Amino acid sequence: MKIDPIHQFNIEPLFTLGHIGNHTIAFTNSSLYMFIAVLLIALLMVASGRDLVPGRLQSVAEISYEFVASTIRGNAGAEGMKFFPLIFSLFMFICVSNLVGVVPYTFTIATHLIVTAALALLVFFTVLIYGLYKNGLKFFKIFVPSGVPIYILPLVMFIEILSFFLRPVSHSVRLFANMLAGHIALKVFAGFVAMLGFSLGALGWVGGVLPLALTVALYALELLVAFLQAYVFAILTCIYLNDAIHPGH
Amino acid sequence: MAESHGEAKGQKAGAHTEAEGGHHGGAFPPFDSSNYASQLVSLAIAFVALYLIVSRIALPRVGGTIDARQNKIEGDLAEAQKLKDESDAALKAYETELANARSNAQAIGNETREKLNAASEAERKALEDKLAAKLADAEKQIATTRTNAMSNVRGIAADAAGAIVQQLAGVTPDANAVNSAVDASLKG
Repeated sequence: MKIDPIHQFNIEPLFTLGHIGNHTIAFTNSSLYMFIAVLLIALLMVASGRDLVPGRLQSVAEISYEFVASTIRGNAGAEGMKFFPLIFSLFMFICVSNLVGVVPYTFTIATHLIVTAALALLVFFTVLIYGLYKNGLKFFKIFVPSGVPIYILPLVMFIEILSFFLRPVSHSVRLFANMLAGHIALKVFAGFVAMLGFSLGALGWVGGVLPLALTVALYALELLVAFLQAYVFAILTCIYLNDAIHPGH
Repeated sequence: MAESHGEAKGQKAGAHTEAEGGHHGGAFPPFDSSNYASQLVSLAIAFVALYLIVSRIALPRVGGTIDARQNKIEGDLAEAQKLKDESDAALKAYETELANARSNAQAIGNETREKLNAASEAERKALEDKLAAKLADAEKQIATTRTNAMSNVRGIAADAAGAIVQQLAGVTPDANAVNSAVDASLKG
């Protein structure tokens, strides 16, 4: 039995929607899981009751709400609440799709760089456009930290500008690489169990205990990473938006 | 279309792109640019839908529920505070009432005691006055009795002196001389 850890990332077109230029626009398994995530979030947030004393599902919805709200208030101030729907959508979309993706035989949207890059660019342009709209040219103060001696200021500015434009790269690659590496590692370790069992017989089943234990541990780690990466994505979005709201540091 | 894109875009995947849909030997799926357009379109639709659901329905709804709960809790706390204040006020009123009653009772007690004291004092004074009057009367009587007695003593002494002189001298002495001699000797 051959381990193929890459197979899980394949995009399978389910049906074709149409063409834009010479690109075929297909409804793929990735699209399916995007809509599953949207549906689950909508169900959680809209269909979970409005009782005075919340049940479990309603508690989850309210905890998500307050978690994201307090993250924004803590990192971007009260003015950041303007972006509450955006950050909440980003956080929930990534978190739910990641958690769905940890279930065996499912597809994880964030294992495709194009998706994470699109989300990161959405944040990047939101920051850029809102920052320029709100602060005008003062927005460029974010490249000029206060209290830096004049003779190293050009160097600092160069680094600041470079890091600003590299933000979408690190923002997207962090999520993408974490999810991709985690899923590959899980698949490889889980594959070892089956491979040992099929190739070595009874001895293999005994030997398979170790990779099985590792798989269980890795699975727990991946559950944590699935949530954590969504949180990291959201908190970085807050921090970037904070620059657009208060560019003077 | 996969071929053209694979060749145009990525050198890394260029060599393998001929096998479209094949898992083995195909491009590493996350870097296969032939899927980008489909994914971007689905992502745009899904994310815009999610954003609309979240901003129009979900967040106002959940936020409203949380606010309603917060208001209810605050209202209940305010109500409890109000009731507590009321009971405190009632307790205070009761205590002042009690204190008033107590001081009233004390005042009445004091008044009665003073009245009784004054009455007994007056009675005592009247009695003392009466006794003093009686005492004075008695003293006066004693004094009169004494003066009477003294004047009798003088008369007796004068008579005795006159009689003694007559017996001794055989002459009746002058009454005035006897009297003055008796007075002088009484004065001592």
